[in-house]
Amino acid sequence: MTTLAEHIGSAQVVVCCGSGGVGKTTVAAALGLQAARMGRRVVVATIDPAKRLADALGVPGGLSNEPAQLKVDGPGELWALMLDTASTFDGLVRANAATPEQAERILANGFYRNVAGSLSGTQEYMAAERLHALHDDKRFDLVIIDTPPTRNALDFLDAPNTLTKFIDHPLFKILMLPTRRGLKVLNFAAQPILRTISKVVGGAALADAIAFFQAFSGMETGFRQRAEAVMTLLHDDVSRFVLVASPRADTIEEALYFADRLQRSNLSVAATVINRCTPTFGELPPSRLNDSASVALYDNLAELKAAAVAERTQASALLADEAVHTTWVPTLPGDVHSLESLGTIRSLLFD
Amino acid sequence: MDPLQFLTTATVTIVAGKGGVGKTTVTAVLARAAIRSGLRVMVVELDDKPALARLLPGIEVLQLSATAALAEYLEVHGFSRVAKRLAKTGVIEVVAAAAPGIDDIVVLGKIKQLEQTGDYDLIVVDGPAAGHAISFLQSPHSLMNTIRSGPVHGQASDVAAMMIDPARCQVVLVTLPETTPVNEAVETAYALEDRVGVHLGPLVVNGVDQGGELPAESAEAGSALRLAAEFRNARRSLHAAECARMANDLALPQVHLPLIAGSQLSADDIEQLAEALLQGSAR
Repeated sequence: MTTLAEHIGSAQVVVCCGSGGVGKTTVAAALGLQAARMGRRVVVATIDPAKRLADALGVPGGLSNEPAQLKVDGPGELWALMLDTASTFDGLVRANAATPEQAERILANGFYRNVAGSLSGTQEYMAAERLHALHDDKRFDLVIIDTPPTRNALDFLDAPNTLTKFIDHPLFKILMLPTRRGLKVLNFAAQPILRTISKVVGGAALADAIAFFQAFSGMETGFRQRAEAVMTLLHDDVSRFVLVASPRADTIEEALYFADRLQRSNLSVAATVINRCTPTFGELPPSRLNDSASVALYDNLAELKAAAVAERTQASALLADEAVHTTWVPTLPGDVHSLESLGTIRSLLFD
Repeated sequence: MDPLQFLTTATVTIVAGKGGVGKTTVTAVLARAAIRSGLRVMVVELDDKPALARLLPGIEVLQLSATAALAEYLEVHGFSRVAKRLAKTGVIEVVAAAAPGIDDIVVLGKIKQLEQTGDYDLIVVDGPAAGHAISFLQSPHSLMNTIRSGPVHGQASDVAAMMIDPARCQVVLVTLPETTPVNEAVETAYALEDRVGVHLGPLVVNGVDQGGELPAESAEAGSALRLAAEFRNARRSLHAAECARMANDLALPQVHLPLIAGSQLSADDIEQLAEALLQGSAR
């Protein structure tokens, strides 16, 4: 069985997935800290717009779309960034447009501005895209990515279909017809379906959508090739998937869902982290004394013990695969929001 | 605050908060407490993954999916012939992208319809998932700006009127007594008040470890009893400190729900929390 430390030592890409509220961002940051200690040049990227990674790393001003280096102990380097979906998409448009004018036309389009951030799957796909770009960046030899806290976090595995979905879209095809016939762009009154859509969303919004699809045409090939390159990287042995859960029924169910999702794409879980477990302190004294102080202390220990046992049972479904290395991380007495407390999590994970 | 007043302030109570804070638990507790108080209650779930039925046995839960609601809306507004095919092919997604918030407004419109029937004293809505709460609640205003006329505009302005009326609608924010969730709750509260103008009900702090300080010193240093007590005391004082910090940053009453041991809450736990809420001991 490959341990978590061995994965961190040998991988080039680590994808952390799990549901919201399990401390996924903290775990991703702690993995980065460990990698830097092992001498690697690592960048940790998060998609969560909440300032969780900045909090976990104790960066007061927050993080930007560009990697920033943090001061850490050890021979390696630790960098961090917060992924901005819209500007990543902008970069992709600029890179794939035939001319700068085509790029500008798309970037200024109102429909594009809405789609860039909101169309389902866009955010997830941009994470994969950015991951690929960071992997090619010579400054780093390991990329750790903290996926968004949603069920759809791994939908980018459907790429190239996800990104090109709206290019292959039936509406796109309907919209492209008028120009092929040489009709004016705004003359969509001829199409009953467009007339109906315009009644609901308004003529201006629909005109924007049509202009977007027209401006976009010709860029599909570049987008598809890029998406395929991302898939090849994710399926390569240099990429590892780490599941993060907490010992609660709902988050374990989500972790199992992700494991299944990976399997359907012919990928596998490299390691599991069960975070925020009730810590264990040792055995109960043989008898429960009668004075109130002793009773309170005895009951407290018994309650924590029972909780820890229940958590192990709850997580057993996740532990069924014995080939997957599992690490239990106990809840800390305090919160994690500095490099120092993150160091504690790192040492609980690896030492 | 008087728990019954909390439950009857507004007809529609939207429960909001980041993922993992216990939004669904709080929705179930509010519904259960309202039913125990003899109110006519409707429970609405927006998530695609139904979780409330298990926590509220015997109570009808209405599932409102944005995609289904939008498909239905389009059908009513002239898409009848193509609506089925549309849903499958995803044109709906493009409609939603062309007019961001249209799916949200359709869902809010359905909630408003329920409110207008007058059949319910309380409609409690398990709000949208992580991060989406602000854009969801802001959708009437955004849409009124992008779509200047027609049925969607009318729908948006009706919903907006409901949302800014404290007798008709309130938002209950849920959080945990830990640093990051508290920071996020404070930010969300300000954003909602500034950008949506919706009335905020009490803050619900979920999973508060409420016991007093354990006499850790009475056990031998380094013993299991001592270490366990010190850990528990540290968690309890963290929880108390975070609630106090939030009280300082946000002038809203707080309702504290006690921490319940176990890795999965049951319908019985919900009963117990509802009882605690009504007794006022949840404070």
